[in-house]
Amino acid sequence: MAIKAPLRRTGPAAAAVSAPPRGAVAAQNWRESLFRRTVTGVVIALALVWLVPVAWTLDTSIKPENSTILIPATWKVSSPTLSAYSAVFSATDLGRWYLNSAIVTVIVTVLTVITTSMAGYALSRGKFRGKRLLFALILAGIMIPPQALIVPLFRELQTVHLINTYWALILPQVPAPISVFIFKKVFDGLPIEIEQAATVDGAGWWTAYARIALPLVRSTAAAVSIFTFVWTWNNFLWPFLAATSPTMMTIPVGIGTVVSGVGVVNALQMASAVLGALPLVLVFLFAQRQIVEGVAGTGLK
Amino acid sequence: MTTRALQLPATAARSTTRQAQRRRSNLSGLGFLTPFLVLYALFLILPLVLDVVMSLFNTSLVLPGLGRFEGLGNYRELFGDSRFWQAMWHTIAFTLVSTPPLVLIPLFFAIVVNRIHHGQWFFRLAFFLPYILPSAVIALIWTWLYEPGYGLIDGFFSFLGLGAPGWLSSPNLALYSIVIVTVWWTIGFNFVLYLAGLQDIPRDLYEAASIDGASRSRQTWRITLPMLGRTTTLVVVLQIIASLKIFDQIYLITAGGPNYATRSAIEYIYDTGFTSQRVGYASAASLVLFVVIVVVSFVWLALIQRQERV
Repeated sequence: MAIKAPLRRTGPAAAAVSAPPRGAVAAQNWRESLFRRTVTGVVIALALVWLVPVAWTLDTSIKPENSTILIPATWKVSSPTLSAYSAVFSATDLGRWYLNSAIVTVIVTVLTVITTSMAGYALSRGKFRGKRLLFALILAGIMIPPQALIVPLFRELQTVHLINTYWALILPQVPAPISVFIFKKVFDGLPIEIEQAATVDGAGWWTAYARIALPLVRSTAAAVSIFTFVWTWNNFLWPFLAATSPTMMTIPVGIGTVVSGVGVVNALQMASAVLGALPLVLVFLFAQRQIVEGVAGTGLK
Repeated sequence: MTTRALQLPATAARSTTRQAQRRRSNLSGLGFLTPFLVLYALFLILPLVLDVVMSLFNTSLVLPGLGRFEGLGNYRELFGDSRFWQAMWHTIAFTLVSTPPLVLIPLFFAIVVNRIHHGQWFFRLAFFLPYILPSAVIALIWTWLYEPGYGLIDGFFSFLGLGAPGWLSSPNLALYSIVIVTVWWTIGFNFVLYLAGLQDIPRDLYEAASIDGASRSRQTWRITLPMLGRTTTLVVVLQIIASLKIFDQIYLITAGGPNYATRSAIEYIYDTGFTSQRVGYASAASLVLFVVIVVVSFVWLALIQRQERV
């Protein structure tokens, strides 16, 4: 947006102050413009460099195995082939891993959004004894790092024989104190009049929550869903411990077993990397804006 | 932050008393909180309690029950365990080395990209795409990039006529190689946070500064950076806490090697609990790490609270 005529004080004193020598300013502007252009060029170059690892992975994945170990390493693909991709499907349980990831991630996301939004709603609208204490307890939970509790959590589930089941994969990933905090904050911002009008007409808690409040916070619910979905899909540490057989593994864990290979398996490994990344990349390409906003939004809150 | 209660009105037409209604309403409120509370208690609180309890025993992964009571024996052993303190040191060193680039580089990128009006999507794609890849994919990509001889990085070095160091095989270099991987992988998250923060800065400030004759660089120094203070604090703290919990890329790329030179605290806990099967001892180590992380998180909450108040 261009500024037309900047405000000028009138008078001879002003003339001396408000009109700097043209040549010096023009020179400085040119210098700054060159600097900025160079800097922008640097960032563009770095962005291209950032894409190199992924490009190299794709390049290797379509090479025949024996041409992956040429020295010096070359980008050229003599005879492109998809044999590595079909090898991944036949050598691993990739299809099963896709299924497990889908089941676990979808259920975790749905359960998380429901339980945390209900909890946030209760903390926002409820008036029961101990509410403040419970809220403080949940707030404190934000500081708890689940990664430091993997050993007792495993022991806990091992004791009830739930290791290597969907329960073990799903349930521990659902409680998310930060999402409760986010929902409470957004519900607090809603005017209570609409819900009060509904309760005058005889609506109960569930109707007020599900039919009125929740639809009004749709964008927050979407952001929490996206953030939870991406994080759960890519979670490695806990599923790695909880899934002890290949048929229960999720994608990150399954692909992790391909990391250590015997013989020349570079194209195979790169193909499995591509296939492992594919689901979220597709989702990302279609919903780039929402994902970025969901991740950033939850971070800022 | 005002919260108001949802109460059923007591009209004369209603047969139940006002007290009964309020009780019903309050129970509903509590009922809404219950599903989350149950999961929270079972999977965050209970493991914590179990952690403290098991750290006092000689619990084994493959035997039922708690095992022999050790009292503070595990902690005494932990104190003298050089492998544990090595792992803690690796974690802290990793945090110290990786945090500055992961805070400053995306800030620089975001400031530059924010000025570009067309094609911001390209930069978002380039920098954020790695972030949505799972750690196992990252490990495959970079193990191959770092591959001695055949890898692209070694190829690039020989193209320049330089000798290539042992990226993953040299104990001194391995941790830095992991830092490079981590920077490539996670820079997108901070980049996006900074972009969002930049877009929150009102344009009028820049226009007013232009009228007063401030140059672009001066504007960046005096307006942009101070206004990003809140975002930067958030980025720094999130980065530090995430670095303290590091596991995936180290385990998958170097498995803590060479010769434990890169093993992080969480990986030490994993090795102790699941490979050596000493659950009790691992619980003690977990608790120590837990306290460190909670203290840092607490400092964060206090910092953010103070910034909000200003």
